[in-house]
Amino acid sequence: MDIFLLEAVVNGILLGGVLALLALGLNLIFGVIDVVWIAYAELVMCGMYAIYWLYAVHGVPLFLAAPMAIVFVAILGMLVHKLIISPILGSAPINQLLATGGLLFFLQSFATLLFGADFRNIGLRLPIIEIGDLFISFARLMAFSVALLGMVVLWLFLKRTYVGTAIRAIAQDREIMVLMGVDPKRVYLITSALGGGLAGLASALLVLQYDVHPFIGLSFGPITFMICVLGGLGSMIGGFVAAFIMSQIISVGGFYTSIELSYVLAFLLFIVMIFVRPQGLFGVKS
Amino acid sequence: MKIAWTLLGAALLLPPFLPISEYTLHILILVLLWAFVYTAWTIMGRFGLVSLGHGAFLGLGTYATALLWNHWGLTPWLGLPLGIATAVLVALVIGYPCSRFKVVGHYFALVTLALTEVVRLSIVAWRDVTGGSLGMTPDLVPANSLMALQFTRITWYWVALGVWAVGLVIWHRVDRSMTRSAMDAISDDETAAAAVGIDVTRQKLTVTIISAALTALGGGLIGQYQMYLNPETMAGVGVSLQIVFAAISGGMYVILGPTVGAVLTIVLQEFLRVLFGTHFIGAAPTIYGIMLILFIIFMPTGICGVVAERMRRKRA
Repeated sequence: MDIFLLEAVVNGILLGGVLALLALGLNLIFGVIDVVWIAYAELVMCGMYAIYWLYAVHGVPLFLAAPMAIVFVAILGMLVHKLIISPILGSAPINQLLATGGLLFFLQSFATLLFGADFRNIGLRLPIIEIGDLFISFARLMAFSVALLGMVVLWLFLKRTYVGTAIRAIAQDREIMVLMGVDPKRVYLITSALGGGLAGLASALLVLQYDVHPFIGLSFGPITFMICVLGGLGSMIGGFVAAFIMSQIISVGGFYTSIELSYVLAFLLFIVMIFVRPQGLFGVKS
Repeated sequence: MKIAWTLLGAALLLPPFLPISEYTLHILILVLLWAFVYTAWTIMGRFGLVSLGHGAFLGLGTYATALLWNHWGLTPWLGLPLGIATAVLVALVIGYPCSRFKVVGHYFALVTLALTEVVRLSIVAWRDVTGGSLGMTPDLVPANSLMALQFTRITWYWVALGVWAVGLVIWHRVDRSMTRSAMDAISDDETAAAAVGIDVTRQKLTVTIISAALTALGGGLIGQYQMYLNPETMAGVGVSLQIVFAAISGGMYVILGPTVGAVLTIVLQEFLRVLFGTHFIGAAPTIYGIMLILFIIFMPTGICGVVAERMRRKRA
């Protein structure tokens, strides 16, 4: 196999880890609260700026800055739910999507106001690992491993704890769970914080690889939605598999054509898939 | 009501004769052209077909017109219809399966979102021809050339005004048609509508095609007026959301709603730009974003919707 192609495949797998993490957070919110946070990737952008601000501007060590950013974005997630989603939870679902679209504009331009439109880098040089002729960026490898770890922890939380069980139950049946003594408001708030926390974790992993700028959300926001739907709502495994399919299309497709065309391919696949299999790869037909 | 319309019409005939600056006239033209696009969006948006894909139709209309002109010297009089035809074709290819497989709500929004990104990324990827992210400029000819569809500002005002008025007439015709009743029934309950004999797919495609065609026309004209095309501002998620938001904040259930949305967003943007200059880049969209959230929470029918409701109550 061509060494460059192999590198594209490996990079695709590594990218898939972070995309899976993002899709998981979105899937959680989509599945449990039944809203689409169009501004989800912008929350990641907020986390990246938080780390940039803490680490590069104020010299807070990275191992402290990263958890702080995660908590910060988790709180943002709760605020999004409290201030924007919960007042219109009863209205048409599309209104909630559009309200978070307003948030998208707000966060983008607020970031521009605070930091300007420049590309910012935290200025950390991480080593490149050499395996044979293969060059792998350490930042990507770490992002992949931490993303996997984060997903396992979340999976254990959802499966093994009482709150986790309540969250899964709400996702399955909204009406009955209220009768079983689960407070949906509390579950929604916890889910939003979890979703935000996952975005925060993703931001900590992405800031090591990419420059942060106000519009970075647009470069991986749409693909995250596609992965989330492609995997099937509420199906964590489906989202996981879909993330790796999409990341391979982007990475290997980008190797053969151009990065834009590989995204075009990924989006076209999504459109076709939603017609052929609207419940997603691993979703159950309702 | 008739008097109000006559007064509005008369007032809109005045600007070219008034001693107003080129800049003011420019803003008026932009408002009219974008109002036309926003109006086109509401023709399907008001029936719950919330499309985030209108950036695609806008992009196809603009780029088809400009590319055919620059590369083959084809007059926009043929380029525009070709752009519109392409947009309609794409709308059919996406709209037909969406209707057949009952892709609605969130899923419809996401499919159309993917569509708009496909168009934007294709324009960027085809950079040898389209100029990619740097954008492109239609080849210039001396102004007021009917053949090249390049006019002086005053002529553009008349063109914009005429197109905008046609947009309103079409909106009104749809509003009074059987399609409107059928679409209202479909957006309430699709299965029930089908059960009483409404051809759901046909009705949905009708409004989709009208909306896509008008949007492509509006896009083509905006490109011709600005004489600069950019994939970020004429295709993609950004402009799609801009269309949706302006239409919603103005009010998508009232004929003048999208126009009010256009006035509001463009004037606010220009006002803040003049006020802050280049000091606070991003101030305008920040305020804009907050406004949108508040609108959707407290005023989902938009400004015109609230005003119309008040007037109805007063009369009753």
